[in-house]
Amino acid sequence: MRDIAVVGFAQTPCVRETDGTTNGVEMLVPIFHEVLGGLGITKTDIGFWCSGSSDYLAGRAFSFVSAVDAIGAFPPIAESHVEMDAAWALYEAWVKLLCGEVDTALVYGFGKSSAGQLRRVMAMQLDPYLVTPLWPDSLGLAGIQARMGIETGLWDERAMASVAAQSRSAALSNPLAQLSGEVDADELLNLPYVADPLRRHDCAPITDGAATIVLAAGDRARELCERPAWITGFEHRTDTPSFGTRDLTTSPSAVAAGKAAGADGVQVAELHAPFTHQEILLRQALGLGDDVTVNPSGGVLAGNPMFAAGLARIGEAARRIHDGSATKVLGHATSGPLLQQNLVCVMEGRE
Amino acid sequence: MTRPLSAPLDVGFDYTRSLGPTLGRFLSDLRRRKVTGIRGSDGRVHVPPLEYDPVTAERLSEFVDVTATGVVRGWSWIPEPLEGQPLDRPFAWALIQLDGADTSLLHAVDAGSPDQMATGTRVRARWRPERVGAITDIECFEISDEPADPPAEADEVTMVTTPVNLHYTHSASPTEDPFLRGLMEGRLIAQRCPVCEKVYFPPRPACPVDGVPTTDQIELSDRGTITTYCVVNVPFLGQRIPPPYVSAYVLLDGADIPFLHLLLGVAPEDVRMGMRVEAVWKPREEWGPTMQNIDHFKPSGEPDAPFDSYSQHL
Repeated sequence: MRDIAVVGFAQTPCVRETDGTTNGVEMLVPIFHEVLGGLGITKTDIGFWCSGSSDYLAGRAFSFVSAVDAIGAFPPIAESHVEMDAAWALYEAWVKLLCGEVDTALVYGFGKSSAGQLRRVMAMQLDPYLVTPLWPDSLGLAGIQARMGIETGLWDERAMASVAAQSRSAALSNPLAQLSGEVDADELLNLPYVADPLRRHDCAPITDGAATIVLAAGDRARELCERPAWITGFEHRTDTPSFGTRDLTTSPSAVAAGKAAGADGVQVAELHAPFTHQEILLRQALGLGDDVTVNPSGGVLAGNPMFAAGLARIGEAARRIHDGSATKVLGHATSGPLLQQNLVCVMEGRE
Repeated sequence: MTRPLSAPLDVGFDYTRSLGPTLGRFLSDLRRRKVTGIRGSDGRVHVPPLEYDPVTAERLSEFVDVTATGVVRGWSWIPEPLEGQPLDRPFAWALIQLDGADTSLLHAVDAGSPDQMATGTRVRARWRPERVGAITDIECFEISDEPADPPAEADEVTMVTTPVNLHYTHSASPTEDPFLRGLMEGRLIAQRCPVCEKVYFPPRPACPVDGVPTTDQIELSDRGTITTYCVVNVPFLGQRIPPPYVSAYVLLDGADIPFLHLLLGVAPEDVRMGMRVEAVWKPREEWGPTMQNIDHFKPSGEPDAPFDSYSQHL
C-alpha cells in the first residue's frame, strides 16, 4: 500500500452568519489560496478534487457544482462530490490515491447553515416514509438519546455541562472558534432547557464555514510537508437508520470504526460530537482514556460548520502532527442521526 | 459595505412514494387504527416494521399484530414546536415500545407538561379522525392506561405523499449585488476577472477559469449579438407567450458570456446567428432587481456581426 498523508489544512472562521451565497464560493476561495499557498503549489498541482456539502442545507439544486467556480476548473479537473460531511470525501480521495491514479488531492466541505432552519433541514436525513413526515428536529432526537444515557447512569447533566465548559475553555486557543471563554459548569446548569434534558450549551452552535485538506502520497508528501500526518488507519462504519431498534447509549459503528482504524495509543483525538453527551459516548466507544487530549480545538461545540466540521476534525488532529506536538492522533466524523455513521482517521508522525 | 441583497426563498415539493409490501401493510393498517410489526431474524418484533433485518439483512415477512398502547422508553421535551411537527403546543418526542413489540417507534406525546412525562409512562395512540395511510394517522400519543380506539374498515394504500416545505434566506453574492442593484436603475453591470480579463454578465462569485473573485466592475450597453438560438414549439406549464417563439443567447457588447433571453419582433424563420439586437425595457415603474426588467430583445437593424466576433463565445 502507498503511504498517504495529510499535508495541508485550512478552514474559515466559524461564524453564526455570513453574507455569502449558499454555494460556498466566498468561503472557499480564501482557504484554497491559503492551503495551496502554504504548500507552495497551485491548482494545477492537484490531481483530484473532492467535496462534501448538501443541497438541502443550501436550499438550491447542484450547489456543489456552483462551488467548483472557486477552484477555477480550467483546464478541466478530475472532481467528485459526496452529499455527506467532507470527511467522507477525504475517504474517497484517499482511496483514489491508494489506487495510484494521482499523487495529490484537495478535499473541501462547506455549509451555510444560517440560510435555513437547521433543526428542520436535518429532518431530511431521516426515513422519508415514517419519520421525516413528523418533522423531528435534531435537538429533540438528541434529547431522547441524552436522557437514555442519563437514566442508564452513563453520564449526567453535570458531566454534559462540563464537556461544554471544557470545549469553550479549549477554544480560547482557537482564533477561528465561534464560542469560547471560561464558563462554570454549575452555572450552565441554571440555564433553561431547549429540548429537556438538553440546554443550549449541550448543542453545537449554528455555524457558517468551510474547511479544506490536501492529501499527498509518498515522496510527494515528504516534499510538501516537513512532518506529514501519515494515515495509518482510515475506516467508516454505519448502524441501522432505524434508531428505535438500536441501543442509543452506545454506537456500534463508532466502536467498530475505531477498532479497525487502530485507535489505541492516540495522544490527541478530535471528535465530531454535536451534542455534549455524544462526546462522552464517543470517548467510551473509541476507548479514549483520561490520558488522551480530546478536542483541543474546542471541537464542534465551539463551531459546527455543517458538512465541513468532520473534515475539520481530521485537519485539526493532523495539525498536532505537523507542529510536532503529537506523534499519533485521531480525527473522527459522524453523519446521520444520533451517531448513526462514524468515520475514524488515525494519523502518525515519523522521524 | 452594505450587505448583499437577500430575499426569502421557500422550497416545497410533495414527494409521492410507492410503499411496497411492508410499509404498505403498515400504513394501510394505520388507516384501520391497527398497528402491525414484523418479526426480525432474532425473533424481535419491530415496530415500525423493517423490510430487512438490521443485523442479518434478511428479507422479513412475518407480520405481527401489536396494540396501539405502549410504554415510553426515552423522551425529550419541546417547549417551542416547529412547523410541521405533530403538535403546535409544547410536547414530548418519545421512543415508544408498543405492547407486543420489542423495538420503539418515534412519535409525539401530548403530555401538557414535562412533569407528566417519565420513562416507563403508559401511553396510547390518539387516532386522527380522517386517516389517509400515513404515520400522521396517529395524531400523537397521550398518557393513558386505557386501550386506544378500536379498529375500523379502510381500503389498502399503496402510495404516500409526504410534503416537504423548507424556508431559506437566499443571499446574492457580493458580485451579484451590484448587478441586481444596477438592474433596478436600468443599468447593466458586469464584472471583469483581474487575471484573464473575461467579462462576466451576469457576474459570478469567482472567475470559473481562474478561481479568483472578480473585482473590476464595468457597465455594458443594452445592445448585443445573437450567438445561437432555438425556436420553441412546445407548450409547457408557466409559458408566458404562445409558441412558436425564439429563445436566444445574447452576447452584450463587451461581455464574454452570453445569457438566455426572449427574442421578439422577428419571425422565427428570419432569426440568424450574428443578428444584432437591442433590449426592450419594461416601463420604469415595473423595474426590480431582476433581468425581467428587460421584457425582451428585438432586432436593432444594424448589419449582422461577423462570425469571428462571437465565435469564441458559443
